[in-house]
Amino acid sequence: MVSVTLLPAATRFLVRGDSAAAATIGQAFGVPLPRQACRSTEGGRRAALWLGPDEWLLLAAEGEDALMGDIEGALDGVPASLVDISERQVAIDVDGPEAAEAINAFNALDLEVDAFPVGMCTRTLFGKAEIVLWRTAPDRFRIEVWRSFAPYVLGCLAEATREYRVSSPIGDLCIT
Amino acid sequence: MNDSRTETGGRIDRSRPVEFTFDGERLKGFAGDTLASALIANGVHLVGRSFKYHRPRGFLSAGAEEPNALVHVDRGGGRETPNLRATTIELYEGLATTSQNRWPSLAFDLGEAANYLSPLIPAGFYYKSFMWPRSFWRHVYEPAIRRRAGLGVAPKSADPDRYLHRYVHCDVLVVGGGPAGLAAAIAASEAGARVILCDEQAEFGGALLHETRGTIAGQTVADLVIEAVATLAGRDRVRLLPRTTAFGYYADNLVCLAERITDHLADPDPELPRERIWQVRAREVILATGAIERPLVFPENDRPGIMLADAARTYLNRYGVRAGKRTVILTAGDSAYRAALDLHEAGVEVVAIADLRASPDGTDVAAARAAGITVMPSTTINGTLGRMRVKAVDLGMIEADGKVGGGERVPCDLVLMSGGFTPSVHLFSQSRGRLAFDAGLNAFVPGKPVQRQHSAGASAGAFETEACLADGYAAGEAAARAARGEPVSRLRAPASRDARHAGYAGMAPSQRSERGVKAFVDFQHDVTAKDIKLAAREGFRSIEHVKRYTTTGMATDQGKTSNINALAIVAEAVGKPVPAVGLTSFRPPYTPVTFGAIAGASRGDLFDPVRRTPIHDWAAEQGAAFEDVGLWKRAWYFPKAGEDIHKAVARECQAVRDAVGIFDASTLGKIEIVGPDAAEFMNRLYINAWTKLEPGRCRYGVMLTEAGFIMDDGVIGRIAPDRFHVTTTTGGAPRVLHHMEDYLQTEFPELKVWLTSTTEQWAVIAVQGRHAREVIAPLVEDIDISAEAMPHMSVRSGKIAGVPTRLFRVSFSGELGFEINVPASAGRAVWEKVFASGERFGITPYGTETMHVLRAEKGYIIVGQETDGTMTPDDVGLAGMVGKAKPDFVGKRSLVRPDMLKANRKQLVGLKALDASIVLEEGAQIVADPHVPVPVPMIGHVTSSYWSPSLQHGIALALVAGGRARMGQRLFVPMPTRMIEVEVVDPVFLDKEGTRLNG
Repeated sequence: MVSVTLLPAATRFLVRGDSAAAATIGQAFGVPLPRQACRSTEGGRRAALWLGPDEWLLLAAEGEDALMGDIEGALDGVPASLVDISERQVAIDVDGPEAAEAINAFNALDLEVDAFPVGMCTRTLFGKAEIVLWRTAPDRFRIEVWRSFAPYVLGCLAEATREYRVSSPIGDLCIT
Repeated sequence: MNDSRTETGGRIDRSRPVEFTFDGERLKGFAGDTLASALIANGVHLVGRSFKYHRPRGFLSAGAEEPNALVHVDRGGGRETPNLRATTIELYEGLATTSQNRWPSLAFDLGEAANYLSPLIPAGFYYKSFMWPRSFWRHVYEPAIRRRAGLGVAPKSADPDRYLHRYVHCDVLVVGGGPAGLAAAIAASEAGARVILCDEQAEFGGALLHETRGTIAGQTVADLVIEAVATLAGRDRVRLLPRTTAFGYYADNLVCLAERITDHLADPDPELPRERIWQVRAREVILATGAIERPLVFPENDRPGIMLADAARTYLNRYGVRAGKRTVILTAGDSAYRAALDLHEAGVEVVAIADLRASPDGTDVAAARAAGITVMPSTTINGTLGRMRVKAVDLGMIEADGKVGGGERVPCDLVLMSGGFTPSVHLFSQSRGRLAFDAGLNAFVPGKPVQRQHSAGASAGAFETEACLADGYAAGEAAARAARGEPVSRLRAPASRDARHAGYAGMAPSQRSERGVKAFVDFQHDVTAKDIKLAAREGFRSIEHVKRYTTTGMATDQGKTSNINALAIVAEAVGKPVPAVGLTSFRPPYTPVTFGAIAGASRGDLFDPVRRTPIHDWAAEQGAAFEDVGLWKRAWYFPKAGEDIHKAVARECQAVRDAVGIFDASTLGKIEIVGPDAAEFMNRLYINAWTKLEPGRCRYGVMLTEAGFIMDDGVIGRIAPDRFHVTTTTGGAPRVLHHMEDYLQTEFPELKVWLTSTTEQWAVIAVQGRHAREVIAPLVEDIDISAEAMPHMSVRSGKIAGVPTRLFRVSFSGELGFEINVPASAGRAVWEKVFASGERFGITPYGTETMHVLRAEKGYIIVGQETDGTMTPDDVGLAGMVGKAKPDFVGKRSLVRPDMLKANRKQLVGLKALDASIVLEEGAQIVADPHVPVPVPMIGHVTSSYWSPSLQHGIALALVAGGRARMGQRLFVPMPTRMIEVEVVDPVFLDKEGTRLNG
């Protein structure tokens, strides 16, 4: 079984800046920004995802309106870019033993847990949509996708997960 | 009833009878049968008609290489597939199949007349015969030939089945589950590698599935297969994919597999996809694709009942079916003797084994002789008899000098032939590996691999089971080591290549003159040895040319059984050795792949993402018509009852000009540019100056490519000293962001500024018209929107209808206007509140068509409509925007190239037809003097053209050479039925002073 769920609204910031800015922002955010490529850090109900050498996605619960001011205050002139993208994208949770297989119907990455461990995140393609893919547990992924592409991604996931409702496994080996 | 089915044996399940139909006749088989084995069990050998001559055809093979037995399968509900090979269709209850390429029936086919006209239609006949008159080709000859030729009939209705793709990675992909493949998978997985093993058949085992002789290490072959598959199935890191054909080998070890998931099921679960394409990225690939037996080319070698020796053995040993009662075997190698022995033991009368070789020997030959089978060395077949089924062969004795004499006529109902085996090097060749000719084996075998790949077993020239097992195991070990990064040689010691299987290639010796004889090389395309020799006589030397001229090897079977014979015939005809003539290229797919599988889920709603704005549903509820802009659906116009587009647009335009309109501008691209160097970055990317733009103000910006041509435009607001809110065209958003990011990273890395797309963060509601301010005023909480406090081209942050907003005072209509940016999720609610507030002014929703008319009345350009990638700012009248004082900006240097300064460049002008009721056609050409002889020099074209409801005449924007110097001139727009005279006017048609938008 694989369950696909549209997650509730969240507070999101896109952070861009150098490592000094990243350190300051991490302190203000309460979660250090990961320095290792394609990795995430989590704490409380917040997470920071590495998207590029100078680019991070910060996630927090919905309604954390003061966060932007707090971080900007902490920066106090340190050059950086902080942009509210809470409404730009939505999050989809894909959960279940076949979650990786279902995603691999539309995504070309190697999602074996050795190759794409828990906590790994990356910007990638899902069919014809750009997404951020984040493994939150061995059998669980979070997809961040721009709002208008979400119906397409959900439609693709619905198509990819239909076969997992079937009780008999596919590909019987026909050993006689 | 017939006694084709043996009493015991085979891998069919005799406890599960299965009923199926062929051409409407109800027949019975067993679970485990293919359509081919079940038909033969029912005594059916006539299964198809050939492509060109409509000759009766039966089964040549028992596998994927089958050229003849193509059938149409109808699963009901539009689930139709033509051209399926009966040898690969698994039997299931209710399977409904029909034969193809015959009319009115398989046994009585009027198309067979072509067989008797064959002297008139040699190879390439249509190139020679259908040349004049030239115009006939397209409308007469080609449609007629297409009707006559061809195989199956494509289904007409949409395919109701579902298909999926899947990407997967592995350490070792093993293609082919025969002895070499099984051994390779076991060895590789034993070493801990992540392994995928695929095989095109329902069962793993390959040739082992019909091998009943001998034991391997004390085990029967059947037990060996069971144990190997069970071992692999028990290993975590092994994925077994039966019914899965590796059909394409691409760069970087990307191999595409087509898995057939439900076609073998009588009642498949609708939740299952029918087929799946696997795109496998493998560290190492092992090709264990086996070999295909070669037919022998002798006169009339295509009658039903003439088949490959190994196929007859497969039908017998795997499916428990005797393909005939009385057989003559023609061979050039030892393997056919094993078929003879098996058939003999199963009660088939083996009349004789005719061997092309002078002195066949070896254990298999000796065994056949010991069993009392007549072996006739130096013997060929001069011809065959029988129309719907072979009934006799004429043997011929090969003399010492190579000449062939006459021989006995032998009655029989089954002729088996074996010209040796051709290694299946298709995928190896697709991987760009070069083939090497092995003279001892008389075959092309894989040379040095180009990718991280290994060939093993019969595909590498090892034709005996033990050799295949050993070769496969060694390949599996090597691949697993290589996948771990250890150095290995991908060219192992050559497999033990056994010249007993060298066989024969080309036209077999025959007593009969080649003229008037049909000795088939390519069974599916009806190409004979004579056709190929004709091509050589007519001067074709390259095998690629011979292939195209004769169409040999170009059918759906891609010449699997014919290529080597064709090559040998060409080589002989042109007097060159086989390797000097060379092979034609192998192209994907190895066997046909359905279009459904290739498309996967990319069809219907999932063909492309459909992007809808937060306000889309409101517009849909109002009955809006939508247009596609990139992937977006945009409201095009909002027709009221009885209105067409023209009436709706006229009403919408009037509403905006006279009162107020509301427009969804959410699709505009938006980029947030943040950092202390933001203004400097803007200066470098846009033609105009940004340093002095104060926070809270906006400016129209134009961006050039490095070549100096307009790339994009949009209104940009300065939110703070270090923060700009940039808008782009709807379609240009990703391109502009990439362009900016490209320059930032490669040319201006020193700038402390960063870019973030915010297109979808904001819903954008444009309120345009003289009442715009009054409409939004009651909703705005903390912004002074009076004309004095918030002039045209300004931006404020605050709240509207209770949500945060960036409120722009801008206009793309020429009227007083605001663009309300609110968080996307609040878009519809705010829209509805604004709409309610505007109802007292008759607020009117309008779409993109009205937006276009309004901006054209004002002479505002649309990038991509007035510009085509070759327009400078000056060309479209925006030279004044260029920041002359700026040291540089992208495209600046190009603007002073001599060609960019020519006076006769095409320039933006307005056009008015002298007949005011005319609306010109967009794209129409413009000429100065229509009376000069053709070709009349064209001096420009119409870029935008509309009926202006406000002005009550047609208006057009156009690009005309030296246009601004032609103000007031009369020009002409030639149309097919008339010549329209137009006047060149200023492109601003309405409110040139701009009093409306400053209101």
